Amino acid sequence: MNKSVFLGTLAASALLAGIASAGTLDDVKARGELICGVNTGLTGFGAPDANGNYQGFDVAVCKAVAAAVVGDASKVKYVPTTGETRFTALASGEVDMLARNSTWTFSRDNDLKLDFVAVNYYDGQGFMVHKDLGVSSAKELDGATICIQTGTTTELNLADFFKANNISYTPVTVADDSEAQRQYLAGACDSFTTDASGLAAVRATMPDAENHVILPEIISKEPLGPAVRHGDNNWGDVVRWSFYALVAAEEKGITQANIEEVAASTQDPEVKRLLGLEGDLGAMMGLDKEWAKRAIAASGNYGEIFAATIGESTSIGLARGLNALYTQGGLQYAPPFR
Amino acid sequence: MAHVASVPKEPFRLSMLVYDTRYRSYTIQIVVLVLFLAFLAWLLNNTIVNLAAKDKDINFSFLFQRAGYDIDQQLIPYTNDSTHGRALFVGLLNTLLVAFIGCILATVIGVMAGVLRLSHNWVVSRLMTVYVETFRNIPLLLWIILAFVVFSETAPAPRDFRVTEEMAAAGEAPAASKILFDSVAFTNRGTSIPRPYLDHPLGSFSILDVPINLSVVAALALIALCVWINGRLIANAKSVQEATGERPVTWWKSLIILFAPIIALLYALGFHLEYPELKGFNFQGGINVAHSFTALLIAISLYTGAFIAEAVRAGILAISKGQSEAAYALGLRPGRTMRLVILPQALRVIVPPLISQYLNLTKNTTLGMAISYLDLKGTLGGITLNQTGRELECMLLMMLIYLVLSLIISSGMNVFNTAMKLKER
Repeated sequence: MNKSVFLGTLAASALLAGIASAGTLDDVKARGELICGVNTGLTGFGAPDANGNYQGFDVAVCKAVAAAVVGDASKVKYVPTTGETRFTALASGEVDMLARNSTWTFSRDNDLKLDFVAVNYYDGQGFMVHKDLGVSSAKELDGATICIQTGTTTELNLADFFKANNISYTPVTVADDSEAQRQYLAGACDSFTTDASGLAAVRATMPDAENHVILPEIISKEPLGPAVRHGDNNWGDVVRWSFYALVAAEEKGITQANIEEVAASTQDPEVKRLLGLEGDLGAMMGLDKEWAKRAIAASGNYGEIFAATIGESTSIGLARGLNALYTQGGLQYAPPFR
Repeated sequence: MAHVASVPKEPFRLSMLVYDTRYRSYTIQIVVLVLFLAFLAWLLNNTIVNLAAKDKDINFSFLFQRAGYDIDQQLIPYTNDSTHGRALFVGLLNTLLVAFIGCILATVIGVMAGVLRLSHNWVVSRLMTVYVETFRNIPLLLWIILAFVVFSETAPAPRDFRVTEEMAAAGEAPAASKILFDSVAFTNRGTSIPRPYLDHPLGSFSILDVPINLSVVAALALIALCVWINGRLIANAKSVQEATGERPVTWWKSLIILFAPIIALLYALGFHLEYPELKGFNFQGGINVAHSFTALLIAISLYTGAFIAEAVRAGILAISKGQSEAAYALGLRPGRTMRLVILPQALRVIVPPLISQYLNLTKNTTLGMAISYLDLKGTLGGITLNQTGRELECMLLMMLIYLVLSLIISSGMNVFNTAMKLKER
């Protein structure tokens, strides 16, 4: 008797699980909430603020997608993930999407069955050292002890870099940024390596930021971007175009402040299509007309988000560099909304 | 007897499977077994179907691909060009190392604490009570992290050992210096200890890329031989004592047999110690024992030692007071009473819980991941799993390895337990 109830429950849950994986877009709409995998805490990119609300450059992508799909940028449940747990969380369906400075690589795309929908930050791996160590180049780090976050591409780049330069190091593999930071500050490692943007973010939170330098070498390409599960193309499109809407908005000069004004006065047909005044782009991927308008209104266009979270006026102080629009010598380029 | 045979044989009916006690237990067992197998089949099928839905398969070929990452503590040679399979073995050996030393340390600590807790000295017994209660009532993970943080935050950095030219000229001492006759450097990364070094080693050969050092093999063989000869000497002394009542003096012979040959061998091979020296960022030369290892070992030994202490105390208390009174009546002093009369009998009670403590300790080594100790969980279940994305395969493999490990330990201890059992003649 008990067994049959047990088996029945199992069968029912299996059935439910089967239904649940039908389409992430429908799930999110039905739930009325987006579940977004974010960093456990990387200032500027994704970290809880003083009130416990997640804020940051990656988090803004979650908000844009939630605004486009659910209609409310605050309807996001943030799931903190470490370098180790992030892809499992996504693959198992624990989160709908990942917006957590993750590098797009061939094997992650093909072997891990993820889809990186776009690149929201073009990055590269760097090294941070104590200033009084007197090191000016990463090639001088022979014999150093280096803290790295486990489960990351940086771990592999590091091994390759030291091998290519025929120098040695002692790895200290840590689970997340905060532990790496603690060990680095305690002097248990000579250098801390991760994406250069992450180093800048970590440095910004240090009490004695001026005593630490980021070495000039950038030893890898790290295109960071939001990721979704492979195979759910519709959902992938929603996330991809929600992000590109932010880039297109910067291109067209649409900001969080002037969006209503632009919508009322614009004569540009692409802006009209983007804001849902003309044509029906939203319906093509199962959303309403004003999806992009809400996405942009959530936290502003790409440039505004960059400036507010990690830009030169913030404590992190990153320059746009490769992440400027293509019109300004960068790589950010949204395909046409047509 | 005859009337039993004369009972007429009942023909078998289907209802007997339920109502006849002779068959009922079989029926229940078969039903349960079928249900259990069905559950397993459902789990397996569910896994395969869901993996197929994600376009994934179960494939262990990643074990033969290049790992690409580095491991700090390696007992067998490993580089980032080695395979994931080799990284697995490096991790497994690290697990075994900390488990093996941990079991020995925990046993020593546990037996001492357990015996001392029963001491008549009030201070000593209370101190042991405090030790046992604090260690076993606070989660192991916290002890591990505490030990690690204390080491890495309080110990001096390697550069504090440096003597610059200005300092030498001014006659100043560096902020930190090596301890134990300038041989051991305790830094915030690890402990650098001298490494034994041979001028004329016997060479080495490799089995499956695992180097076997002939000098070590020779030394171990010689030690075993010496111990055996010493055993013969003691046995001979005993038989002389039993025959004549007088025990020949053996201690100097034992000393010579145990130490002279090995010292001679080491001298012949040109044994000396290589001391750690500060070069660049870290101490080079010698053996560097990372704090992740030391902290894990200390925390896990003290933690498990507290449980073993309780098992030892229970074992001793289980021996009736008459035994020690009889021993005292024979004129044995308390120490010998404990060693010759109480402990051998108490072992029968102590060993079974000791087995499960050893198993716990071995499995608890996985907590080393909290302080970046790259054991089996750190390599196969951590970095390899992450870099290859083969969660299911890595987890299954890891579970299998821990299962085999635990079964080996418990069967070994069961053999010991059987040997210790009360022999009834």
